[in-house]
Amino acid sequence: MSIVKDREAAGAALSRRSLNRRSFLAASLAGGAVLTFDARIALAQATGAAGEPVLLTAFIRINADNSVTIGAKNPEIGQGVKTMLPMLIAEELDVAWNQVRIEQTDADDKRYGLQVAGGSTATPNNWLPMRQAGAAARAMLVAAAAKQWGVAPASLSTEAGKVIDKAGGRSMPYAALAREAAGMPVPDLATVPLKPADAFHIIGQPMQGVDTPKIVKGTPLFGIDTHLPGMLHAALVKCPAFGGTIARIDDAAVRGIPGVVAVVPVNSGLVPPGQQDAVAIVADSWWKASKAREKLVVAWDDAAQKQFSTAGYAKQAADALGAAPQADLFKAGDADKALAGATKTVTADYSYPFLAHATLEPQNCTALWTADGKLELWAPTQNPGAGRKEVAAMLGIAPEAMTIHMTRIGGGFGRRLMSDYMVLAAQVAKGVPGRPVKLLWDRTDDLRHDYYRPAGWHRFTAGLDAKGALIAFKDHFITFGADGKPIRAAEMSSTEFPAPVVPDAHLGATYLKTNLPTGWLRAPTSNAMAFVYQGFLDEVAEAAGIDLPELMRRTLGEPRELPTERKGLVFHTGRARSVIDAVCKAANWTGRTGPAKGAGDAVKGRGFGFYFSHRGYFAEVVDVTVSGGTSVKVDKIWMAGDIGSQVINPLNAEHQSQGAAIDGIAQALVWQPVVQEAGAVTADNFGDFPLLRIDAVPRDVAITWVKSDFPPTGLGEPALPPVIPAIANAIRAATGKRLRSLPLQLT
Amino acid sequence: MAISLTVNRKKRVVDADADKPLLWVLREDLNLPGTKFGCGAGLCGACTVLLDGNAVRSCQTPIADAAGKQITTIEDVASLPVGKKVVDAWVDLDVPQCGYCQAGQIMSATALLTQTPRPTAEDIEGGMSGNICRCATYLRIQKAIRKAAGVAA
Repeated sequence: MSIVKDREAAGAALSRRSLNRRSFLAASLAGGAVLTFDARIALAQATGAAGEPVLLTAFIRINADNSVTIGAKNPEIGQGVKTMLPMLIAEELDVAWNQVRIEQTDADDKRYGLQVAGGSTATPNNWLPMRQAGAAARAMLVAAAAKQWGVAPASLSTEAGKVIDKAGGRSMPYAALAREAAGMPVPDLATVPLKPADAFHIIGQPMQGVDTPKIVKGTPLFGIDTHLPGMLHAALVKCPAFGGTIARIDDAAVRGIPGVVAVVPVNSGLVPPGQQDAVAIVADSWWKASKAREKLVVAWDDAAQKQFSTAGYAKQAADALGAAPQADLFKAGDADKALAGATKTVTADYSYPFLAHATLEPQNCTALWTADGKLELWAPTQNPGAGRKEVAAMLGIAPEAMTIHMTRIGGGFGRRLMSDYMVLAAQVAKGVPGRPVKLLWDRTDDLRHDYYRPAGWHRFTAGLDAKGALIAFKDHFITFGADGKPIRAAEMSSTEFPAPVVPDAHLGATYLKTNLPTGWLRAPTSNAMAFVYQGFLDEVAEAAGIDLPELMRRTLGEPRELPTERKGLVFHTGRARSVIDAVCKAANWTGRTGPAKGAGDAVKGRGFGFYFSHRGYFAEVVDVTVSGGTSVKVDKIWMAGDIGSQVINPLNAEHQSQGAAIDGIAQALVWQPVVQEAGAVTADNFGDFPLLRIDAVPRDVAITWVKSDFPPTGLGEPALPPVIPAIANAIRAATGKRLRSLPLQLT
Repeated sequence: MAISLTVNRKKRVVDADADKPLLWVLREDLNLPGTKFGCGAGLCGACTVLLDGNAVRSCQTPIADAAGKQITTIEDVASLPVGKKVVDAWVDLDVPQCGYCQAGQIMSATALLTQTPRPTAEDIEGGMSGNICRCATYLRIQKAIRKAAGVAA
């Protein structure tokens, strides 16, 4: 079976599956949001005097000068979605890109559908709906022209924002047709014709980020830049240990400071459940509020939290690795028996630490609690829908009593999928009703009050037969959980490769307790699993006398679809092989190599990694130089990626992939573990939680796109995971040392 | 206390505590929010501005130290010939991802190119290593600085 399906057949299958309106709505409902991208709703508002802009569908406004304003519905965190989603609409609306103006919409998922920046989902979720939005509006404009000219719509064409009647030798700009078009019947989105790929003139073209010209001028765009008349500022004193509560506050000294307006006890205790107490100092300047914290005396009740520490987790994990797993995640055949009969076995322990997100824009949110009990928020949130629900629940107000403006976001990486800063800002605002207040964390607050990427430990055992084939596989995964289940972002898929294709396999888990809130960090779970699985499989390949790409090819087998834990998501072994072959070709991979000599005492090595995550297939090769026995520098990265039939914005796709790979270098080599003592995180600033700087960046990160006939998928995340094991495997090649714990450190 | 300074070619007088950092004076008192708060400890470079032509971390510069000095921020960096080249290169290569650090990057790049008009890759790494980009747009930062300098990539 060929993995590259016939283009037409794939397109038709996709149309049947995805364009069915009923299933489309049902799928949206199952996802937790009512997707009413429905031209009819918006058209009801298509009124206004002549010469005013006309709204055609919820996303499209045709302006009198024939420019077109397109609403960008998803949060922009630097992934380029504010440019990309409007590209899809503009393509099918058939306007020239220089006619397009882009505006961020407010948060309103009833109107715009799911608005979230997470999981690299914007492309797969919106590839059809956004194009249908554009195509529906175009069809209505064509219908309006046909009516006016008394011709059949099918005889008309469109181009660059004009309807053209070739036979009649005439044309009209959309602006002249918009009002008439607004009264036309709305086409069925399920059947509205979409362009064939060879007619695309926006999709597939390199498009500059819509906000780039503003960013380089310092134009206020970010949450932290929100400025409102009469605005107050708030700084936080948070309980150092998560879950601690306020025992006593003495704020007399603070209240005496000129400019200090209020001291407001708050808590963000909905996620995770329980009290997460803090005290907000509200002043006429953030600098003042921040300084006033020195004079605030708070006694915390945190005795129950003191038991939690990094050293404690390490000890518990070591003990657990030697015991039987608490839970089975996956079981096929009898792994122990198969291992006993194997010709060769390989066993190794891997681990990785808790990590913070360290978005460069610290957490912040601005809120206004009005006299009539309504709330307005200006929020740099990746997940406004979740924020709305949490704020409503914590403040006891109706979700619809809230207006949420989405700001540009100074880095997301998953941190802002959580809504604690919204909940806290809303509580502070309620303490100073009638005045807007901006709540801002400082860097220490931000590092110490995150939703951390959870640490994990793995004990792997693999068995090979006489021919070197992988016949048995075991992983005992020690992670964090409660009530026999993993906590947020601490899970492992039961279909983690290669378990499902090994005849006798067992994945087991044991759950440790923690008071640290955990959360999704860019390529969540994958950033850890890629390291441990592809690192260990490199060891298995070595034992089998082959290299990792070859072990992967043999283990992947024939091109076919393997089910995954997630319903409707398959892992295509042929797509995996394609990117593995492509990167090996691009990097001129010649098999497992030993160290090569560099300048002076330096040695060079090359490593490989593959991972499938967020629907994207990525294989990567890394060259490293190790100097002085301990210093590791990545010299070059080659990557091959398959994200489907289209790379929608190649300019940004290159940038996202390069950034993700370099982010992977940071996790492999630069970031230090988040350390916890007596219940509290100790990280203070970028001194003890260092981020990657320009001198650690390779001179080249080369990308090969492997196009396949599958619908396009997202790119914020899948390029990241493979680079981490590729670096570990390259260090092995360069030094003979196998590093099994992050960050990778040669001593 | 009242402090006089020149910000983006305009004389300004601010009434602030002597120890209030220039960063917060710019953001809160002068309505110039382009300069960003990242760490408050001089470690990330997001708050970089030019003080008499030198790149400084405004979060570590008490306003009293800026009295009587010429300050250039991202809002006016393009008025400098070198700054204009840097900003144009940043746009041409579409350097930003989230964009939060880019004001600081552009200010540091402007200072670097003012002192070293034809930098090597190593000069760029040295001159820019005080500025963190969490999105890791470093490859394009390298390229944009070379482009602004007119040196081959």
